[in-house]
Amino acid sequence: MNMESLSPIILSLVTFIPAAGGLLILLIPRRDRDIKLFALVISILAFVASLHLPVHLHRELGAFKFEIDKIWIATPNIHYHMGIDGISVWLVVLTTFLTPLCVLVSWTSIHERVKEFFILLLILETALIGVFTSLDLFLFYFFWEATLIPMALLIGMYGHGRRVYAAVKYFLFTIIGSMFMLAAILWLYAKTGSFDFVVIQNAIRSGSVSGFENASLWLFLGFFIAFAVKVPLFPLHTWLPDAHVEAPTAGSVLLAGVLLKMGTYGLLRFDVGLFPEQAHRNAPWIMVLALIGIIYGALVSLVQPNMKKLIAYSSVSHLGFVVLGIFSFTTAGLNGAVFVMLAHGVATGGLFMLCGILYERRHTYEISEFGGLATPMPKYATFFLVTVLASVGLPLLNGFIGEFLVLSGAFQARPIYGILAATGVIWSACYLLWMYQRVFFGKVAHEVNNALPDLNLREKAALWPIAVAALVMGVAPLVWLSAIDPAVQRYALAPFTQLAGKVVGQ
Amino acid sequence: MTMMLAFSHLLPGLLAQAQTFQAPQLADYMRILPELVLSLFGMLIMVVDPLLDEESSHQSLGTIAFIGTLTALASTIWMARYPGTAFYNMVRVEGFSVFFHFLVIAIAAVAILSSFEYLKVQRIRAGEYYGLILFCTVGMCLMSSAIELVLIFIALEISSISTYVLAGFRRRDAASSESSLKYFLLGSFATAFFLYGVALTFGATGSTNIDAIRQVLRSGNVPVLAYVATALMFVGLGFKVSSAPFHIWAPDVYEGAPAPVVGLMSTGPKAAAFAVLLRVMFEANAPGRFWLIWVSAALSMTLGNLGALLQGNVKRLLAYSSIAHAGYLLVAFAAQPELGTSAAMFYTAAYAAMNVGAFAVVSHVANAGEKYVTLEDYAGLGRRSPVLAATFTFFLMSLIGIPITGGFFAKFYVLTAALNSNLVGLAILLVLNSAVGAYYYLRIIVMMYMREPRGEVPVTPVSVAAGLAIAVCVLLTLYLGVLPGRVLDYAAHSASQLVSDTAAPRASSGAAATAQ
Repeated sequence: MNMESLSPIILSLVTFIPAAGGLLILLIPRRDRDIKLFALVISILAFVASLHLPVHLHRELGAFKFEIDKIWIATPNIHYHMGIDGISVWLVVLTTFLTPLCVLVSWTSIHERVKEFFILLLILETALIGVFTSLDLFLFYFFWEATLIPMALLIGMYGHGRRVYAAVKYFLFTIIGSMFMLAAILWLYAKTGSFDFVVIQNAIRSGSVSGFENASLWLFLGFFIAFAVKVPLFPLHTWLPDAHVEAPTAGSVLLAGVLLKMGTYGLLRFDVGLFPEQAHRNAPWIMVLALIGIIYGALVSLVQPNMKKLIAYSSVSHLGFVVLGIFSFTTAGLNGAVFVMLAHGVATGGLFMLCGILYERRHTYEISEFGGLATPMPKYATFFLVTVLASVGLPLLNGFIGEFLVLSGAFQARPIYGILAATGVIWSACYLLWMYQRVFFGKVAHEVNNALPDLNLREKAALWPIAVAALVMGVAPLVWLSAIDPAVQRYALAPFTQLAGKVVGQ
Repeated sequence: MTMMLAFSHLLPGLLAQAQTFQAPQLADYMRILPELVLSLFGMLIMVVDPLLDEESSHQSLGTIAFIGTLTALASTIWMARYPGTAFYNMVRVEGFSVFFHFLVIAIAAVAILSSFEYLKVQRIRAGEYYGLILFCTVGMCLMSSAIELVLIFIALEISSISTYVLAGFRRRDAASSESSLKYFLLGSFATAFFLYGVALTFGATGSTNIDAIRQVLRSGNVPVLAYVATALMFVGLGFKVSSAPFHIWAPDVYEGAPAPVVGLMSTGPKAAAFAVLLRVMFEANAPGRFWLIWVSAALSMTLGNLGALLQGNVKRLLAYSSIAHAGYLLVAFAAQPELGTSAAMFYTAAYAAMNVGAFAVVSHVANAGEKYVTLEDYAGLGRRSPVLAATFTFFLMSLIGIPITGGFFAKFYVLTAALNSNLVGLAILLVLNSAVGAYYYLRIIVMMYMREPRGEVPVTPVSVAAGLAIAVCVLLTLYLGVLPGRVLDYAAHSASQLVSDTAAPRASSGAAATAQ
């Protein structure tokens, strides 16, 4: 097929292939094997389709590509407006990359209500991709909320122990946060008559929105609360450890890998994109919150007896880096923030998959239950080590690039922030390597662990892509950064140079 | 008619009309065609009922009633071709009334479908039941097209009296009788307020015709009496829509009444009463309505949601939720007339689709004697009957206001209308209340999917009729949630008709207006 003719529909295809597949699963009789295979095929199909996007993106422009803009509802003026740039394209690919792996790790760990599980998983994938591709604020909100129920159900139906508590907490935190965003979106619509991101952005930049001066702080905060809950930024992070610990493996992978990025993506695209002045003005305290998140998350991780909770808190710490990078408003910081999003998605997604594999064998996440696992499970230990090192930020693996860029950006913005954040890197090496040591090294502490089987073929198939991605991203980050940088320059930094020009001009 | 003649010697305007007396024309009857059809089918059911034995009557009478509603829907389309007033300015066919005709008749149709199985299980005699539903629908239809306060009152009584009786249909259960009696006593009390308001309006403006009242109230000097009249009418209608502080009856009545009837009366008469409220408040341009509505909306949202938090009985929970939704709807009434009217119309439609559907599920789960109506009875429903649980989840999502459901757009339009009218306070209250609301709806979802089922609740297959009813509601909720454009455009169009300033020529065109 002619590649150009594909370009207006490719985004819709990538977005809706999973949901369409999910609905088709409804028709398949309840034979678990068929359902799993079908879900795997659909998710791989979506991944392959999504590869079209980075290949055909005009990187150097940094503009939106693959745009489609159709009227969805005439009054109010809601458009089906989708498009991606160098930032969102990688988040879409990250989503489609992780979902097949989620299907693989759920193969045997989900025993009952298998059909519902994969339907929810695929619908969730569509909603997640939709969040990153929407350029209409209404459409964005639509997908944003659409992620809520599938994720809550995945946690609540397939999770462990206190799953109901975790699901409800997750749901309430998110929905209350997003209500504020909805109010802000509606205010913008009332004043501009449009939900279109680009239209609103232009209107704000040209100063033609009446009453914007007085309202902009509140609008900024309205969006900010919704995103900060999702990130999660200290002190709104308390839902995260609960949700992670109780969620099934696939839920944790998507939660850490993609759902949290909805928050940071929203901050970058909408909060910074629409209200650059407020973003600049509020950057100091937001950066302080991010720093608290980095250090607090790391310290809490250090003392966790539960592997999954440890990784959950490490997410709080890593996502703090992203927020720090965004609000440093430096080229390095912003590039690094986007790169950390991707690297964290791969590495932490991988760690949760590894935890899930161990849980399937021992039904516990307690670190004290293990020890010396490297002896019975050498391959598992190797994969674990690679992923841990990627997460720690070892050079040549993906974690390093992003964190380094963020730190240098933060240092440019305010040296003390850079110094404090750098301690976070040290802490992360402490808690992750210490956990690795306690779980894998030494003698086998518990008799049962001797008999643990090593990775099987399916599990290896799920882990290899993670390891390869971590390595490739670490060795050739320019593949990613060459698309990220122009987009970041254009959407996040350009308004500031304009702003600065204005100030100087006066 | 007799009312009109009784008043005629007081009113020079009407007197002039009486002098040029014309017998009602065919077009006049066309403008009340759905009402006529429904009445005929209602009477047919009453006549056929004694001829059938009780066993076979459920199916056949239900079918007749259902066909009646379908015919009425078709005749509504026919009626829509005759816009204008009929019977000496008593009834007006326009976009607004056609919209509500469709709505209430569709609600009745779905309620009838979900009653098939219920009546059989509960061993309720079908004749009176279906007859009353149809007569109730006649009243509701008339409420939406009447532009004469006295006729509105009569229509209100037709629908109310039918629902009073319907509420008490589970005769073997004391709760049902209590429900019926409570509804009757409080309802009569409230309609008396409404009637008082009508009388005072007549005193203040010299007319009971909405158009004439509007003319007087627009002319500038609004008598104090008109403010009192607005307040009194609001009391009466506020009771019907179960808005706070006139909501006390709702939980008890909903708990006792048969579940399909609750589905009907929490949406149909409510929608009709909202239609009347729209006419009285916006079309007649009632004075001093803003703070009245503001306070009632704020109270309804808050009390409804807080009340629902504490409920262990699903029917009571949904009763409190319906109070909260009445509050959300009233927010639209505080907005600018045109925006508010279209938002309110869309809301009633979306609310009807999701709430009738929710009650259809509840009445199926309730089983014989309505034994299973507590939250615990829903534990593990997702495992026992996955499809039923999934549809119920969908309705609950719509009630929360999550995208791809009609409830989302309904809330969205109300919020837009409120913000466009600078009602920031109410908008914030609405947002906060929705968040509270999310919690208790979520409790039901949690129960269904995340708790182990209890053994004693039986699994019964869903009958064809009930399945059809639920499917229709799901489809409509989905339709309103994905493609709300057409319904909204229609609502906006008829809203602008309703509140436009061209009321004067419309009123004088009178019965002489002919078909297109």
